Amino acid sequence: MLDEPFARGDSPIHRLDPRYRVAMVFIFTVAVALCRHLAAPLVGLGVGVVLMALARLDPLAVGRRLVAVNFFIFFLWLVLPFSLPGTPVLTLGPLAATREGMALALLVTVKSNAVVCAFLALAATMDAPVFGQAVGRLGVPPKLTFLFLFTYRYVHVLADEYSRLRVAAKLRGFRPTTGLHTYRTVANLLGMVLVRGYDRSRRVYEAMVLRGFCGAFYTLRRFSAAPRDRVFLAAMIACLAAMAGLEAFPPHF
Amino acid sequence: MHISEGVLSAPVLGVGAVLAAVGTAVGLRRLDYDRLMTVAILSAAFFVASLIHVPIGPSSAHLIMNGLLGAILGWAAFPAILTGLLLQSVLFQYGGLAVLGVNACDMAYPAVACFYLFRPLLRASGKRRVVGAFCCGFFSVLFSALLTAVALEFSDEGFFAAARILVAVHLPIMVAEGLITAMVVSYLAKTRPELLQATVAR
Repeated sequence: MLDEPFARGDSPIHRLDPRYRVAMVFIFTVAVALCRHLAAPLVGLGVGVVLMALARLDPLAVGRRLVAVNFFIFFLWLVLPFSLPGTPVLTLGPLAATREGMALALLVTVKSNAVVCAFLALAATMDAPVFGQAVGRLGVPPKLTFLFLFTYRYVHVLADEYSRLRVAAKLRGFRPTTGLHTYRTVANLLGMVLVRGYDRSRRVYEAMVLRGFCGAFYTLRRFSAAPRDRVFLAAMIACLAAMAGLEAFPPHF
Repeated sequence: MHISEGVLSAPVLGVGAVLAAVGTAVGLRRLDYDRLMTVAILSAAFFVASLIHVPIGPSSAHLIMNGLLGAILGWAAFPAILTGLLLQSVLFQYGGLAVLGVNACDMAYPAVACFYLFRPLLRASGKRRVVGAFCCGFFSVLFSALLTAVALEFSDEGFFAAARILVAVHLPIMVAEGLITAMVVSYLAKTRPELLQATVAR
């Protein structure tokens, strides 16, 4: 569940400097999020797909991610066309789907998927720790970076602990249903994870202090930018400029 | 209860980012280095909690537990929740970087509110503690759903109906969260009362 299927790989994208990738995905996301017309996000979706192709991501794994991420979008498609007043284009019994509602749902779908595709290509192609250190270099406060890195570190430990407890419960015949018994069991398992996590945090902290921890986090990882990183960044900025142009003078379909 | 990227309007994203920056700054200022590791590991524990699905009638929902996290950590819950959300977007691509501020506000301000509203009750014993813990779980999800709805409604009038439905479908989740929070708190009170008493939060 916590595997990172895209993090390992060998492609032009994987070889880029993580700091540049994080910066690129950030400006891309903000730019797409600000769009109000369909044309620019469509170009953005194209950019995202090209980036994914460059990163040589497994299409099946990408498809699974997109299905999971589009759950909220799917919900909007169920509601928006019928709730937004406008010109009806399709009637299903008492409900009428309006052109305005479908346009808004389509806009949101394209924007959301453009961002997810770019994120998969640029950010999911690095390990979470690399991501944490890259955002640290880009000016995120050290305490927050520390929190991110150690949360990631212990998510795996605690997830293992929880699944061990879950297996133990299953062996004793626990089957989850809607009811107080299930809730109490889950609550006790979660309580155990919390207590063990808390105890572990005190032990880890003491061990760190013994080794001279003074608030700084040292790493052997060095980031270095090459000309190709600047080329990629420049290409991204050019795409965003083209999208800004389309947004300012939207073509009419 | 993540809002996907691309749904909200620019002003809402901007306000969310500013409010999240304020909350994170306050949280980090109150979080000193001796408590950093505890906050990190508890934040990991709550991340794990968010992977747990509990059956609710014919459907199921994952736990949120932001109320309990707030009650235990206080303002430090803000950076902890922001971290958790960032990790979810890196690992699963839920939510995104532009909408992170709004999502963090939706989840973390209710957590901080629970700290002020219900923490005194959690320190009590017997029925008062149970009631306080239930309210902690119930109202944190209610406030989160309401804030999410507000963010949607301010973005585009077209989201009115979607926002209402979103709050309505979270009603059973609020009850389940309330019950489970109450049971987790009873467990903690029996095994590690200091988690509820001592100030991991400040």
